[in-house]
Amino acid sequence: MNNVDINLKVNGKARSGTVSARLLLSDFIRQNLTLPGTHVGCEHGVCGACTILVDGAPVRSCLMFAAQADGCEITTVESLGKASALHPIQEAFWEEHGLQCGFCTPGMLMLAQDLLSRNPNPTEDDVKEVVSDNLCRCTGYQNIVNSIMKAAAKMRAASSSKSKGVKA
Amino acid sequence: MKPAPFIYNRPDTVKAAVALLAKHKSVAKILAGGQSLVPMMNFRMAQPEHIIDINRIKGLDYHKVTKGELVIGALTRHATLRASDVVAKACPLMAEAYQHVAHGPIRNRGTLCGNLCHADPASEMPAVALVVDAEFVMQSAKGERRVAAKDFFKGTYETAAKDNEFLTEVRIPVAPKGQGWSFQEVSVRKGDFAIVGVAVTVTVAGGKIKTAAIAVCGVGGCATRLSSVEAGLVGAAANDASCDKAATAAAAAVKPQSDVNADPAYRRDLVRTLAGRALKEAIQRAGA
Repeated sequence: MNNVDINLKVNGKARSGTVSARLLLSDFIRQNLTLPGTHVGCEHGVCGACTILVDGAPVRSCLMFAAQADGCEITTVESLGKASALHPIQEAFWEEHGLQCGFCTPGMLMLAQDLLSRNPNPTEDDVKEVVSDNLCRCTGYQNIVNSIMKAAAKMRAASSSKSKGVKA
Repeated sequence: MKPAPFIYNRPDTVKAAVALLAKHKSVAKILAGGQSLVPMMNFRMAQPEHIIDINRIKGLDYHKVTKGELVIGALTRHATLRASDVVAKACPLMAEAYQHVAHGPIRNRGTLCGNLCHADPASEMPAVALVVDAEFVMQSAKGERRVAAKDFFKGTYETAAKDNEFLTEVRIPVAPKGQGWSFQEVSVRKGDFAIVGVAVTVTVAGGKIKTAAIAVCGVGGCATRLSSVEAGLVGAAANDASCDKAATAAAAAVKPQSDVNADPAYRRDLVRTLAGRALKEAIQRAGA
């Protein structure tokens, strides 16, 4: 097959397309689905700017072919929040200056999303281990770590006030 | 879109996959996790005409202990093996080496079998496979053969796998009771390619070293077992002096290359230091 028909779920919505076999998933997301939140940096799996969740786990979208995503559930940074209603992770990045140029941010946000869904109460070392997966070319790592720690606290507070029946 | 055009094949069975390999041979590549192949395709260092995506073949994602062997299928991802209690028990050396392998998103896709077939000289798992005497199950349209790890790694990105063969399973003898192990590595950052890595297992009886296996990665063209060092260790007293002597022998036995990260003298120093540490730790862990 040179062209492959694919059906997948992206941020909860069914999407489909016919793609050239060599089309990278990162390019499919950005160009075919016009979801440019996922950034493309090195295109060989080193920088992590293109990190998305495939079936709930973070992967480099530049190291998968779109054809391989057939039948998968994909989550991109667009799933988090909007400018008018930021996700707590985005809010924390804003407040803690977790971004300078912002190029690595989508990948960092997806890593944070995955980490906090698995471990709502991470230590700073847990966060550093995860942040080391991706590169920040501004070297703003300390503020990224602070942002994720703050996001964890925000999300814990929100979920405990929810469980107590208090309006968050 | 950077890779050169190719034809995408997605077989549902091992039989169909090996039939495709038999047909296309050297112009076909198996795609498992794709964490080494796809970067090479993006750079156009690799331009296969046919991709054989094995990700839809059922029954290849497993790892279990059967008949004294840890068996691992072609689609078992690094992340699964790294987190596995079965691996930690049956092959603690692999579990320890996994602490140095890549980063989370890479481990979520990459497979052990794909990593071994890629045979990167700096990769940890080939050194582990050599030390634990792993066996590789190679399938082709003509049948199956088994290749010992010591005969599998031929050089940088070179293995004994033929064009028509597919590595479907790795078999590792379960670590004998009382065996000590250690994996030591230095890299620029955690998860990066090893500048030098050293894998060791030992058994000790009556204060003497009964068996020893040592392999290095990151040094020379491919992961290498240091048999001359092993020969010097067997029968020696299980103490620091024997380890230091063996570490010096290891540094003399390797043929280090020069690259952007380290010159040969530094690599040799690392081999000496890491081999010493690994042997001492392995002896400490070994039951008498």
